[in-house]
Amino acid sequence: MTWEWEVFLRDTGGDQTYLEWLMSAWGWTLAVAACAWVVAFGLGAVVGTLRTTPNVWLVRFGNAWVELFRNIPLLVQIFLWYHVIPAMIPVMKSLPSFVLVVLALGFFTSARVAEQVRAGIQSLSKGQRYAGLAMGLTLPQTYFHVLLPMAFRIVVPPLTSEAMNIIKNSSVAFAVSVAELTMFAMQAQEETSRGVEVYLAVTGLYIVTAMTINRIMAYVEKRVRVPGYVGGGN
Amino acid sequence: MGSLDLSFFTWDLVTKFLIKGFLFSVELTVVAMVGGILIGTLLALMRLSSHKWLIYPATIYVNTMRSIPLVMVILWFFLLIPFITGRPLGAEWSALITFTAFESAYYSEIMRAGIQSVSRGQVSAGYAMGFTYSQNMKLIVLPQAFRNMLPVLLTQTIILFQDTSLVYAVGAYDLLKGFETAGKNFNRPVEAYLLAAIVYFVICFSLSFVVKKLQAKIAIVR
Repeated sequence: MTWEWEVFLRDTGGDQTYLEWLMSAWGWTLAVAACAWVVAFGLGAVVGTLRTTPNVWLVRFGNAWVELFRNIPLLVQIFLWYHVIPAMIPVMKSLPSFVLVVLALGFFTSARVAEQVRAGIQSLSKGQRYAGLAMGLTLPQTYFHVLLPMAFRIVVPPLTSEAMNIIKNSSVAFAVSVAELTMFAMQAQEETSRGVEVYLAVTGLYIVTAMTINRIMAYVEKRVRVPGYVGGGN
Repeated sequence: MGSLDLSFFTWDLVTKFLIKGFLFSVELTVVAMVGGILIGTLLALMRLSSHKWLIYPATIYVNTMRSIPLVMVILWFFLLIPFITGRPLGAEWSALITFTAFESAYYSEIMRAGIQSVSRGQVSAGYAMGFTYSQNMKLIVLPQAFRNMLPVLLTQTIILFQDTSLVYAVGAYDLLKGFETAGKNFNRPVEAYLLAAIVYFVICFSLSFVVKKLQAKIAIVR
C-alpha cells in the first residue's frame, strides 16, 4: 500500500479541492459544537440550579429533564428533532438541519451539564446558603451572589470533559447530512477510494480540536480556580 | 399540530422488523460488554504494571480510542477489517469487533480506578502471605475492584447500549434501523422515530433505575 496524499489536491467536481472541503467541514464541526455548547451550557446551568432549589416541583422538573435527555441515544434525539418535532410544530419545518442538530446536541448535553452544576452547588456547604438567607438576602439573591459564583468555578474541571465530548458527539450530525468532518470522511472516502488518507486527516483534526479545547479549558481552570479549595487539582 | 397515526404498529410489525434489530442491539451490547471488560481489565493491569513496554502501548491505545468519536472508529474498522482478514465481514461482524475494541478503552479506565480503590495494604498483605502477582490479582484485588466498580461498569453498559444505535453509519440492522425500516415500509417515519425514542427511553430508564438500586445496596455493605 502506498500513500497518496495528493488526493487532497484533487478537484471535487465542484470548484474546490478536497483540502478546501476538509477545511470547511472542520469549520462546520467547530460551528456545530460551539453553538451546541452555548445551548447546553445555558440550559444546563438553569436546569442544574433548579434541581437544588427548595421547590419540589422545580426539582422534579429538573430531574425529569435530565432523565429524558440522558436516556435516549443522541442519534435518536437528532432524528426526533429532524423528523418528529417539525411534523408536530410546522414552524420548525423551515429551519435548516444545522439549527436542528445544534438544538439536539445542545439539549442532549444540557442534561450532562445540569448534572455537573447540581453536583457543584450541592458540594458547597449548607452554611453558605443559610448564611446568605440569614443576612436577609432573598433566595434568588443568595443564588446569584453567594452560591452560583462559587459553584461555577468549581464545575469547570468536569465541564472540560463535557466540552471535549461535544466535539466528539458533533460527529453524529452526519446522520442528517450536515457537512461536518464525519460527513466529509464518508463522502470523500466513497468518491476518492483513498479512505486511509481521508480518515487519518479527519481523525487528526478531531484530536487537534479536542487537545486545543483541553488546553483552553486548562487555562480557564487556572484562572477561575478557588484558592485553597480542595479538589481543584494543582 | 399534525396528527399521529399509530395504527400501523401491530404485532406483525414487531416480529417482522423490530425483533431482529432488538436482538442485534442486545447481542452487540453483551458481546462488547463482556469482551470490553475482559480486555479493559488487561489494559488496566498493563497500565498499572511497572514495565514501560507494557504501560506505553496500553496508555496510547486507551487515550487514542477515547479521543476519537465513536462514529469515526466504526468507519475506520469497517474500512480496515477487510484489509486484515482479506475479505469483507459485513456490517454486523465489523460492529461487534469495533465496539469490543472501543469499549475496552472505556472499561479499562473504570477498572483502573477500581484496582486503585483497593487499599495498598491488601496487596502487601497478599504478598506477605506468599501469594504471587497473579494470585494476588485474581483472589484479592480484582474481585474487590470489580465489586466496587459494578455500578459504574453497568452505567457504562447503558451508555454502550445507547451508542449501539451508531452502527447506523455502516448500515447494520439494529433496533433503530428496525424502526426506520418499518417507518419507511408503512410510510409513517414520524411515528416510527417517536416510538423508537420511547422504546430506547423505557429500556435505558429502567436499567438506570436498577443500577441506582444496586448502588444503594452495595454502598450499605461497604
